[in-house]
Amino acid sequence: MELTGAQIVVECLKKEGVQYVFGIPGGCMLPIFDVLYDSPLQVVLNRHEQGSSHMADAYSRASGKVGVCMATSGPGATNLITGLASAYLDSSPMIAITAQVRTGAIGSDAFQEADAIGCTRSVTKHNYLVKDVCDLKRVIQESFYIATTGRPGPVHIDIPVDVLKAKTEFEWTEKINIRSYKPIAKPPIEQIKKAADLIKKAKKPLLYVGGGAILSGAGPVLNEFVNKTGIPVVWTLMANGAVPFDNPLNFGPLGMHGKYVSNMAVQKCDLLISCGARFDDRVTGNVSKFALNSKKIHFDIDPASIDKIIKVDAPVLGDLKMALEELMDLVPKGKLSSWQKELEELDKKHPLQFDLKDSKFVKPQYVIQKLHEITKGEAVVVTGVGQHQMFAMQYYPCKYPRQFVTSGGLGTMGYGFPAALGAKLAQADKNKPVICIEGDGSFQMTMSEMATAMRENIKVVVIVLNNYYLGMVRQWQEMFYQERYSGTALTAPSGNANKGQEADPGQIPYVPDFTKLAQAYGAKGIRVTKNEDVESALKDALKSDVLTVLEVIIDPKEKVFPMIPAGAGLDEIIVDMA
Amino acid sequence: MSSTDDRHTISCLVENKAGVLARVAGLFSARGFNIDSLAVGTTENSEISRMTIVVCGGEEVLDQVRKQLDKLIDVVKVSDYRDVSHVERDLALIKVKTDKKNRSELMQICDIFRTKIIDVSPQSVIVEATGDEGKIEAFLELLEPFGVLEMSRTGVVAIARGEKILSVRES
Repeated sequence: MELTGAQIVVECLKKEGVQYVFGIPGGCMLPIFDVLYDSPLQVVLNRHEQGSSHMADAYSRASGKVGVCMATSGPGATNLITGLASAYLDSSPMIAITAQVRTGAIGSDAFQEADAIGCTRSVTKHNYLVKDVCDLKRVIQESFYIATTGRPGPVHIDIPVDVLKAKTEFEWTEKINIRSYKPIAKPPIEQIKKAADLIKKAKKPLLYVGGGAILSGAGPVLNEFVNKTGIPVVWTLMANGAVPFDNPLNFGPLGMHGKYVSNMAVQKCDLLISCGARFDDRVTGNVSKFALNSKKIHFDIDPASIDKIIKVDAPVLGDLKMALEELMDLVPKGKLSSWQKELEELDKKHPLQFDLKDSKFVKPQYVIQKLHEITKGEAVVVTGVGQHQMFAMQYYPCKYPRQFVTSGGLGTMGYGFPAALGAKLAQADKNKPVICIEGDGSFQMTMSEMATAMRENIKVVVIVLNNYYLGMVRQWQEMFYQERYSGTALTAPSGNANKGQEADPGQIPYVPDFTKLAQAYGAKGIRVTKNEDVESALKDALKSDVLTVLEVIIDPKEKVFPMIPAGAGLDEIIVDMA
Repeated sequence: MSSTDDRHTISCLVENKAGVLARVAGLFSARGFNIDSLAVGTTENSEISRMTIVVCGGEEVLDQVRKQLDKLIDVVKVSDYRDVSHVERDLALIKVKTDKKNRSELMQICDIFRTKIIDVSPQSVIVEATGDEGKIEAFLELLEPFGVLEMSRTGVVAIARGEKILSVRES
C-alpha cells in the first residue's frame, strides 16, 4: 500500500499503541495534523510546546508507555528542548516528532527554520533527521525501541515537510536490528554472586534506591527482597513509591532535603547497595565524605554510570528487576534488628517535623500531610520544582511505583502542571485523584495549560503553595547570601530601587489572583489562608468535577529542612535553623 | 593515581552517516573531555568510518570516555591501546623558511628523520613528515630555528599489531 510520509507517521504510531499526541500544529506540521484529523489518535492541543513535551514525558512516567509530542519547525521544535532535557536527565522514554522545512530549503535560513537535531542532540538519547520517506518507518520503529530499552530516554525525529508529503510503499513488520545498539538486559551471574557475597558479610547493609527501580518495574521484587533480607531502604526523589511508605524498613528520602535518619544511615552503613541510582550530587553531597565506612554494590543498566562519581566494589550491569530476582535466592533471610533499631532511634531523634503555630500563615508541610491522610497516600502526585517539591517528597511518601512524578535531574520549573495533565491521561484507574503540587513561581511558568485542561476536560487538583517568592532561591539567599533577596520577590517590585522591601502576603495585591485566574479559564478557584481551613478545602477540591486550583497562602520565610548545604557531607545535615 | 596529563589513544568504529562526527565532537565538549586530536576516515567496510581520538586525562577519564562513546547509538565499537602493542602515525605538512644559505642543512635534518621535501620555493620548502607524535615533535624542534611558517597535521591514527583486529564482524 502506498502512503504519504504523514500517513506513515500516524500508521506507525497506531501500531506502536499510541493513544494520545500532545502538540501544536504549524506550517510544516500541517500534513501530519491533516492525517490525525480522521485518525483514532487523540490530539491534545497545548498552549505552548513546552507543555506538550512535559505532558508526553509525564504520560510515560505515570504509565510506563511511550508519550508522544509533536511540534512544527523552528520555534515549535526549540520550545520542546526543555522538555526533552527534563526527560533525558530522568531517563523518561518519550518521542518528539517535529516537522522541518523542505529538504531543499534546509540551511537557507528559511522561514521557521532551526537546526532542530543540532539543538536536541545533547538532550536526547538519540535523534534523526529523515531525508527520505523510505526510511521513515524504520526510523520510527527504531525510535520506540531505543527510547524504551536499556537506560530509557527521549528520542527526537525531525521530518522535512516534503518527506511528509512524499509517497512510498508501506508494510508493517516488527523486525528491528540496530547493529550499533545492543542494550544489555540480563545481568552476569558472576556479578550477582559477588554482590550476594558482600551482602552475606555485611552487618549494616543499606539499600539506596533510585529512579531505575521504577523504570525497570522492580518495585514489587524490591519490596519482597527487603522483606526477606530485612535490609533497610532509603530512596531518592526519583524513587518515591518504589518501596511502599508503610514498610517499616522504609526510612524515607535521602539527599539534600532528605531525612536525617536516611542520610545518617548512608554514613553509618557498612554496605551501600545502589539500586538504579546514579550518585547524583543532590544525593551524595561532598563525594569525598560520602559513605566512607561502606563497601558498595551498584546495580545499573547504564555502564557509564558505574564508577562515574563513586568507585564501587561490585557493579552489577543490567536490568534491576532481573538482577534482584536472581539475587533473591542467593541471600539468606535476614535478622538485622539491631541495625534497624539503631536507625529507628536516629529517626526518633530527628523526625521530620514542623510547628503548626510558628507562622500566621498556612504551614505547607501541614497541607501535604493532610493531603496524604485524606487520600490515604494513594493519589498520584505530580510536582513543580522548588520548596514545594521538597515538601511533597518529605510529606507525601508513596505507596506504589509511578505514583510520584517530578523533574529530578534537570529541576525544571513549570514541569508540574502540564505533567499532571499527562499523568491524568495515562491513568488506567481514572478514579484515583491526580494532585499537582506547585509553587507560585513554578506554576506561573506553564499555567497557560489551564486552557488545555479545560478544553480536554482533564480533571486534576492544583495546590499552589503561594509564598510570593521563588522560595527555594530565597531560602539560599537568606542562608548564604546575607538576606539579599535579589530577583526573587514575585509580587513586590524587584528592582534595585526597592531593596530591602519584602513581600508581605495580605498587605499587597495578588499578582496574579490565582483563584480569579482559574475562574477566568472556567476552572474552580479556592483560596486558603488559615491552617484550620486546609482540610475542608482539600476535600472540596477533591470532590470538584472540574479542574481546581487551590491556592494556599504560606509564609515567605518558610524554609525546607533538613538541609545539607552544597559541598557538605551528609552528616553535616542542618536539621533546623534553631 | 595516574597523571591528568596522560594521553590515551582511542579507536572507534562508527556508522558512516551524516551527523556522527557532530555527535562525537558534541559528546567531548558536553562532558568536558579534552581532545588532543581527532582523525576520521573510511575503513575496509564502506558503511563504517573509523575515528582515532587522542584524549588527555587519567585512567578514570579514559574509562568514562569509552563508556560515553559506547552509549552513542551510531558508535559500533570502541577500543583503546592500553597494554596493546600497536603503531601510531601522524602526518604533518610543514612549510619551513629557508633559502640557499641553509637549505642543505635543512635537507640533512630531513634525511635523518626520513621525511620528504615535497615542494621547494626560493624562500621556503614544504616537508612531509610521518611518524608517531614523539618523532614529529622532535623533528619540529629542529626546524624551529629555520622558522616554521605554517603547519597542517592529520592527527594520530593507530592500529594494533598482529592478530588483534578491530572490525564490525568480530564479536
